[in-house]
Amino acid sequence: MSTEIHTSASTISEQAAESTFHEVDDRERAIPAIEFRDVLLAFDDRVILNKLNFKVMKGETKIILGGSGGGKSTIIKLVLGLLKPDEGQVLVDGEDITDFSEERMMHVRKKIGMVFQEGALFDSLSVYDNVAFRLHEQGVPEDEVEPEVRRMLRFVSLEDAIDKMPIELSGGMRRRVGIARALVGDPKIVLFDEPTAGLDPPTARTICELAMKLRDLEDVSSIFVTHEMNNLDYICSEYAVVGEDGKVVFEREGERLCLINSKVMMMREGKVIFSGTDESLRRAEDPYIQRFLRGH
Amino acid sequence: MNFATRGLLELQETTLLAARAFRGLFKRPRYIPETIAQMDAIGVGSLTIIVLTGFFTGGVLTVQTFPTLKSYGAQSQTGYLVAISLVRELGPVLCALMVTGRVGSAISAELGSMVVSQQIDAMRALGTDPVRKLVAPRLLALLVSLPLLTVLADVLGIFGGWVTAVLLYSVSSSVFISAVRDAITTDDLIGGVVKPLVFSLIIGTIACRQGLSTEGGTVGVGRSTTRAVVLASIVVIIADYFLAKALQVILGTQ
Repeated sequence: MSTEIHTSASTISEQAAESTFHEVDDRERAIPAIEFRDVLLAFDDRVILNKLNFKVMKGETKIILGGSGGGKSTIIKLVLGLLKPDEGQVLVDGEDITDFSEERMMHVRKKIGMVFQEGALFDSLSVYDNVAFRLHEQGVPEDEVEPEVRRMLRFVSLEDAIDKMPIELSGGMRRRVGIARALVGDPKIVLFDEPTAGLDPPTARTICELAMKLRDLEDVSSIFVTHEMNNLDYICSEYAVVGEDGKVVFEREGERLCLINSKVMMMREGKVIFSGTDESLRRAEDPYIQRFLRGH
Repeated sequence: MNFATRGLLELQETTLLAARAFRGLFKRPRYIPETIAQMDAIGVGSLTIIVLTGFFTGGVLTVQTFPTLKSYGAQSQTGYLVAISLVRELGPVLCALMVTGRVGSAISAELGSMVVSQQIDAMRALGTDPVRKLVAPRLLALLVSLPLLTVLADVLGIFGGWVTAVLLYSVSSSVFISAVRDAITTDDLIGGVVKPLVFSLIIGTIACRQGLSTEGGTVGVGRSTTRAVVLASIVVIIADYFLAKALQVILGTQ
């Protein structure tokens, strides 16, 4: 009898522990990875962001659409603390980074990966040294650096380019090396600043696939700034799964699953004019949005 | 923003940059390989122009002053004049101007290109402070290299003056060397080293500040490079005037 009681008590305590674990986990997931609260930014008389409010939840990809000069890339610079808002708050993982000094921001930036428009690779360093940059700066021993660099270059299918210099790479390869560099240290937040601008469609598709792999397989939260509609089509209508042969495959929404963790936000002249799913974006009646979607 | 406000703002930003770079020198990680590479680029790389500048400046000093000194019967003092002029003024100033042209422009152009290609933003995004990684090593390399280059320019200038005096004007070698010995005092040597230290600070901070504040793509890189060279050259010459007076007062040689 006592054994039975003991057994059931231990089961209850295990269940309690498990439920507590889930509660903690859920509570943490309820904290947005990125949050903007009434953010205002102006350069002289020109308002770049006008009382901007939005959240990016854990594991979510937020696609920010909009024309040139709409303040899209500025959002990314604010998340990284490269710019400071005039008013409002920017939160990363629930932490208000608005008034952080450059030194404190360095610690926040370590958990964020950033993919720049043209890759922004260091010209004087090889692909290996570019990808290893963060690890070298942290003083990680070389025998630990190399496997990590190779792992990241495999993720972007560029292991063969390890010894090349950036000048020898094509535009698409530079972006992919930029992605590999951003992913070193497995950041849980990745920011993409127009990563497919000026690339041919197959290469642009490859970049989008990498973003989808991060979202669906690595639980990464990301902001994907773009003005190209095919990026939206790929990221919002397909998802990455590991197939039976262990390879990553991309399936279209509705084939087996319809729960793609991506939201769209459209900006115009520093204001959010749409926020929601891609389906509701397509149904929006705003003439600017319709013109943007149709391309004329 | 008017001219005076812009000037004051620029002065403030340049001073803050220098202060941040110096603080960075005493914090980890230390960028020793970068500093050595910069010393090689700045110091060793500038050797040829400094050797040529020093030698021919000393030579031309003799060419220009010997006839005048001879008219007063003071041709034996040629070495005195060459040594004093070089160690006190021409060595430090000419060296600083040559290094501004060669190194200041290169620093500004390199940092400016990194700004416009978003490499500086990428560096910050990767958690590295560009001031500590890029500015501090360049400043330290200049602080070490410029005084050494100046001493070399002084020595070669005196040598150039000696060659010209002995070969062109048949001045006795021992007379020339003896005049040089009489001319140079410890105060001159101190002044000759203090000046390049200040000049290197001026060249380094102005070049880095102009490079890092580049705006407007590749055209902006050209603009910031020109601004760096012009501004650093003018500030070096103005600072030289005040330094010369300050050193006279401090060393009691006025």
